[in-house]
Amino acid sequence: MANVPADLKYVASHEWIRTEADGTVTIGITDFAQEQLGDVVFVDLPEVDTELDADADCAVVESVKAASDIYAPIAGKIIAINEELIDAPEKVNEDPYGEAWFFKMEVADAAALDALLDADGYAALCES
Amino acid sequence: MAKRTALYAKHLEANAKMVDFAGWDMPIHYGSQIQEHNAVREQAGMFDVSHMTIVDVNGSDATDYLQKLLANDVARLQEKGKALYSAMLNQDGGVIDDLIVYKADNGYRLVVNSATRAKDLEWMERHLRGFDNLTLTEHPELAMIAVQGPKAMGLVKLARPESATAIDGLKVFQGRSQSNWFFARTGYTGEDGLEIMVPEAEAADFWQDLLSAGVQPCGLGARDTLRLEAGMNLYGNDMDETISPLQAAMGWTVAWEPADRAFIGRDALEAEKAAGVATKLVGLVLEGRGIMRSHQKVLVDLGNGEQGEGEVTSGTFSPTLQNSIAMARVPKATGDTCHVDIRGKQVPARVIKLPFVRNGKKVYE
Repeated sequence: MANVPADLKYVASHEWIRTEADGTVTIGITDFAQEQLGDVVFVDLPEVDTELDADADCAVVESVKAASDIYAPIAGKIIAINEELIDAPEKVNEDPYGEAWFFKMEVADAAALDALLDADGYAALCES
Repeated sequence: MAKRTALYAKHLEANAKMVDFAGWDMPIHYGSQIQEHNAVREQAGMFDVSHMTIVDVNGSDATDYLQKLLANDVARLQEKGKALYSAMLNQDGGVIDDLIVYKADNGYRLVVNSATRAKDLEWMERHLRGFDNLTLTEHPELAMIAVQGPKAMGLVKLARPESATAIDGLKVFQGRSQSNWFFARTGYTGEDGLEIMVPEAEAADFWQDLLSAGVQPCGLGARDTLRLEAGMNLYGNDMDETISPLQAAMGWTVAWEPADRAFIGRDALEAEKAAGVATKLVGLVLEGRGIMRSHQKVLVDLGNGEQGEGEVTSGTFSPTLQNSIAMARVPKATGDTCHVDIRGKQVPARVIKLPFVRNGKKVYE
């Protein structure tokens, strides 16, 4: 059974969102997603300062099995990217919620975060 | 419900991720296919290949029959147990299947692909006509475990000391029976090792003994990356019934001599050879990030400013080379470089002669 931490928010496209103390968000892909993908071999990240609409594709995670697009879960601006994933893509499989964060965003509209799935909602989706 | 091999429970015990493969529930990996791939290159891994089809061809007409049916020549097999790799062709010279055939007592043993089982048996039965002294016997009651890697031979003997009688002195591409087991020094990984046919009832215990001896269970994911690195074709990807062995880097498996051996598909191949084979199967090494995958377009320079197009037949990430590699069918005049269309981007790649890896090491410059 995939791990779904209770303190995070989620989207149907299998990304997790963590709201930081300063109001910015950190985004990665879920344990369910990495398990479905298999061994990750490449991660392509967006550029810092990129402005994105919600659902815009902004990153790619490629496993031996398939390439998967990552979408911005909410509108905002990229303020940081996790360059460590470029040289160590296997971290996505090993620590999807910790060391394998993909990027951080400044959120355009904080209210959009309320519309995201909570842990129970996401877990139910994975089981269906 | 999908078919299950005698090792199904062992796969679940080892935390396998199971998938459907040609109607069989098979393990794609047991945690990490990259780690399993590396285990085969560095020590030893084992694969459940019980889904493959084993057919014995027996009787005094067996040699004549197979000399007609196969593009390679079984008459070349002089020593008992010696094997060869061959295509089985249709009248147009297209590949029906690729297989390994071993010389046995009173005939031959064939191992053919799982996905092509029904088609192969139907073809073989159809061509029994005209031969009186011939029987075909399938052996679905035999499971098969492939143990591959530099330490494979030693670990099999550690797991089952009595196997030494069968294994010691066994040549590459040779098989030997021991009671109702069959040990063949063949494989689909480019490493040394064995493919061992075992009565179903004994398979799980043998698997367990190999596990205890330190052999790593490996799934279909690693099987594919290993065989691609070793430059070995996968039927259905790298060739099919519309492709001749000459277009699939299998020309070396066609026995043209003796010139009067009328194997099925010979005329078509001779005509193709005379006209000039239009395409070739090559290796590609990607220069850049990303992974090449089946059906991606390959853009090539043909010289004189002309552009041509080919197609990736099999692509993956090579754990040994830490890079994407592929097999592709390209126009004959293709040179050393090309571009592969990966999700809309033209990514440069080098064209090389297969294989990519031998004895765990890169072989191209």
